[in-house]
Amino acid sequence: MKLLKWLASLDRRVIYVLVLIVTIIPLIWKSSPPIEISPEVQMAYNSLDKVPAGGIVMFSIDYDGASEAELQPMLMAMLRHCFARNVRVIMTAQWPLGMPLGQMALDSAAAEFDKVYGADYINVGYRPGGNALMVGLGKSGFRQYFLRDFRGMPIDSAPFMRTVHNYGQIDRLVGLEAGASGDLWVQYAGAQFGLRIILGVAGVMATSMYPYLDAKQIEGLVGGLRGAAEYETLISHPHRGIWGMNSQSYVHVLIVVLVILGNLTFYFERRAKKKGPGGRGQGIGVGGQAPGGPQTQNPA
Amino acid sequence: MTVLVLAAGAGVIPAAPGPDTLREIPVVSSDASAFKFNLKADDVSNDGGGYLGLEWAVFPLDFGNLETFSGYRAFRADKRAGPYDSIGYTRPSGPQDSALSLTATYTDSTQDGKLFFYYVKAFGPGGEALSDTVGPAKSSAQWFHTGRLNFLLVAVLFGVLLIFYIERAKKGRMFVRRIAGLDAIEDAVGRATEMGRPILFSFGLSVLNDVTTMAALSIFGRVARKSAEYATPLLCPNSDPLVMTAARETAKQAYTEAGRPDLYNESNISFLTADQFGYAAGVDGMVMRDKPGAVFWQGYFYAEALILAETGHSVGAIQIAGTTSIEQLPFFVVACDYTLIGEEMFAASSYLNPEPQMMGSLKGEDFLKAVIMILLIVLALLGTVGVILSTAKGQSAPAQVFDKIVNWFQEV
Amino acid sequence: MKREVPLIITIVTGVVIVVTFVIPHSPFGTLQDRLMNWFIIVSGFTTLLGLDSLIQYHLRKIRDRRKESGYSVVLLLSFFITFALGIYSWIRFKSPLVPISPTGWIYSYMLLPLQGTMFALLAFFITSAAYRAFRIKSLESTLLLLTACLVMLARVPAGNWLWAQFAHLVGAVFHSVDGNALAQAPVLSEPTNWILSVPQMAAKRGITFGISLGYIAMSIRIILGIERTYLSS
Repeated sequence: MKLLKWLASLDRRVIYVLVLIVTIIPLIWKSSPPIEISPEVQMAYNSLDKVPAGGIVMFSIDYDGASEAELQPMLMAMLRHCFARNVRVIMTAQWPLGMPLGQMALDSAAAEFDKVYGADYINVGYRPGGNALMVGLGKSGFRQYFLRDFRGMPIDSAPFMRTVHNYGQIDRLVGLEAGASGDLWVQYAGAQFGLRIILGVAGVMATSMYPYLDAKQIEGLVGGLRGAAEYETLISHPHRGIWGMNSQSYVHVLIVVLVILGNLTFYFERRAKKKGPGGRGQGIGVGGQAPGGPQTQNPA
Repeated sequence: MTVLVLAAGAGVIPAAPGPDTLREIPVVSSDASAFKFNLKADDVSNDGGGYLGLEWAVFPLDFGNLETFSGYRAFRADKRAGPYDSIGYTRPSGPQDSALSLTATYTDSTQDGKLFFYYVKAFGPGGEALSDTVGPAKSSAQWFHTGRLNFLLVAVLFGVLLIFYIERAKKGRMFVRRIAGLDAIEDAVGRATEMGRPILFSFGLSVLNDVTTMAALSIFGRVARKSAEYATPLLCPNSDPLVMTAARETAKQAYTEAGRPDLYNESNISFLTADQFGYAAGVDGMVMRDKPGAVFWQGYFYAEALILAETGHSVGAIQIAGTTSIEQLPFFVVACDYTLIGEEMFAASSYLNPEPQMMGSLKGEDFLKAVIMILLIVLALLGTVGVILSTAKGQSAPAQVFDKIVNWFQEV
Repeated sequence: MKREVPLIITIVTGVVIVVTFVIPHSPFGTLQDRLMNWFIIVSGFTTLLGLDSLIQYHLRKIRDRRKESGYSVVLLLSFFITFALGIYSWIRFKSPLVPISPTGWIYSYMLLPLQGTMFALLAFFITSAAYRAFRIKSLESTLLLLTACLVMLARVPAGNWLWAQFAHLVGAVFHSVDGNALAQAPVLSEPTNWILSVPQMAAKRGITFGISLGYIAMSIRIILGIERTYLSS
């Protein structure tokens, strides 16, 4: 009973400490668990794999520091895939605070494959405009928006950029999304100009992108840290994605264990309440509850 | 060496070359000997003019590989005899890739009303091949976007329904089911008053041009009015300056209508930051310090939703949430006492202020939803029956009708 | 006039934009983009409104020596220092986000860790929310609990490992059952994929329909001037 009472009024800080321990230990350990590849990530990989050597893939960095943990490993894996196949990369951003993250990834991946800025890749930087920019890149062309890269260098000083005028010269667009820009890319660049799109999205948004995948408006979908881990498995380069999956694994198991414990507590408390003489149950859940209890409004 | 000079159609020599590097260089390929580009140049439809679209068949040597095939170049002149100028380049598309169609396209930016002639050159390391010259073609602007007829019809239908139900609402009261979250507003404000704690209202990361914010403002107006009546402080941190301004105006009006303009404090409705997690941190800080008795999360939220809701729960506040962000709804449902799911937020202004125009629009919306539901069921049955009845020889009539209807809705 | 003029602007602009959506011919076709550009320019200036409110609020707090006004000093100092360093970075490095610039340093060593930290709080909060909320109280909450646990386990390698251990245990206890074959069976992934692609998608689409219709109804009310919450008296 004491244990039940303790569990029933469990301080949320105990839970936080458990989560902290379960997250940190696997990150120090760094093992590579077997990762099952999902069809949508396989499709993304296959699509990028079909880009010919010398082809051009455009990356759009549409996230910032908050989503960096999920999307940066994805970006790194896809850049490695492109550079390993001698595919050229153009990087842009719809989120200005994402641009430095993109550049960090480019520099890191390019160094691994001895790629040269200007010859093999370029970062054209951020321009405001959203969907207007996306339509304009197809209709009016690149040079309507990007005359210089993010350092101020003319983009035509990069030899491969001289043949890039609009989406017609881009083999794929990879959008790394933490917000609504993915929908805009699909609706404006994909639907209007036939640009072939692969999306990498934060985990919570992945399920919203399945309709695009089903309708073949995108060629692949990489969702969350799990998607990054799968992509790293496909390119046989375990890194932050796979290492992070360990932590995520154990935290998920911890949540399930806590949920089971919480329900056991709830069950025994209710039984004790029914048996006991007029005894009122203590507050359930973490640190008490709001009056009236958490209610889920019946949507019907 | 067998040399084949390729031209479009059946060996027709194209018009006189322009100043570009046009040479009749042999391309060795017995497969492509009878290749027809079938080049077409047409005005791009449903636009404001200024664009001509070129479309041609993908060249047989085009396997999407830049090492064996370089691409296509389009040429244009205002006279059939030339001179022709190069207007653009398109990369190889690759017929092996099943995701692609078997035609390549190029959109040319032109002057409306002026006549142009075009041809296309396919080129690679081995040589070049030319299409026939086509033309004259001219671009023009259209007065009606035929692809958006579906939108216009639905908009007109909705407008008619709205007017019909508004007129009907004027004649008598209409039934609207209870929305627990809206009914709980008064209880929540009362609870905060009894506890001697303030009320906190957050619009999340909403911007003023979002319709969700309008809905949230109508709820805010009701909360502000109740706060004024009970003399309970109302805190409203904002992430958007325009929303802050609108909230101030709404609160001022609410306090005035409640007869307590003296209680209105402008600095309680403040701007924090536009940064997502900066805003979340700021609001969390306010919640932890001021310990509101009631918290309203009404607007558009992103990943910070659960952080905010859990912090609100930790101080024992009663929480009423409402958002149109589908991804965050589960978190609010789990962490808050009441959640307005999507359209229930939009119903708030009608629910809290049941004037005939408001109720009529709510009913019109519901009727249109019923029409859509029936249409979905009918189409699903039609499509299923169509697939069952279709054979290897071709689509059945129900399947064809299904495809036609679906395609009609897809054109925008 | 304070109410009438904004109402007229709203009605005219709303009707014009709806009309231009179906008329591509100039000047209608480009009107929508032009109005959006005007909005973007005007809304840029509203940032000044927000800054004014922020600075005034904290200055007042400092002047009145209210509780925790020290943090207001920190905020204002941070704001002005970052602003000044940003101007300097523009002049010196042509961009405030170049890594070697002062604001680049602030971005890499202050903003990124802070944003990441706030996002990381979700992991802790979701655990405490799940512990509190996933209870077998009703049919709906039981379904919520079961699907959440199933999807959580299926999406991570540990879930597959746990299932494999369970399958081998069953195989060891019931010799007629092939533990290895059972371990390979997609007991977690198939139902999860079905849950994500069928009921979850259906519910999302249903809610999206409702939200979209709500948007339309609300927009029509605003355009027709029936909804006036954004106007002051």
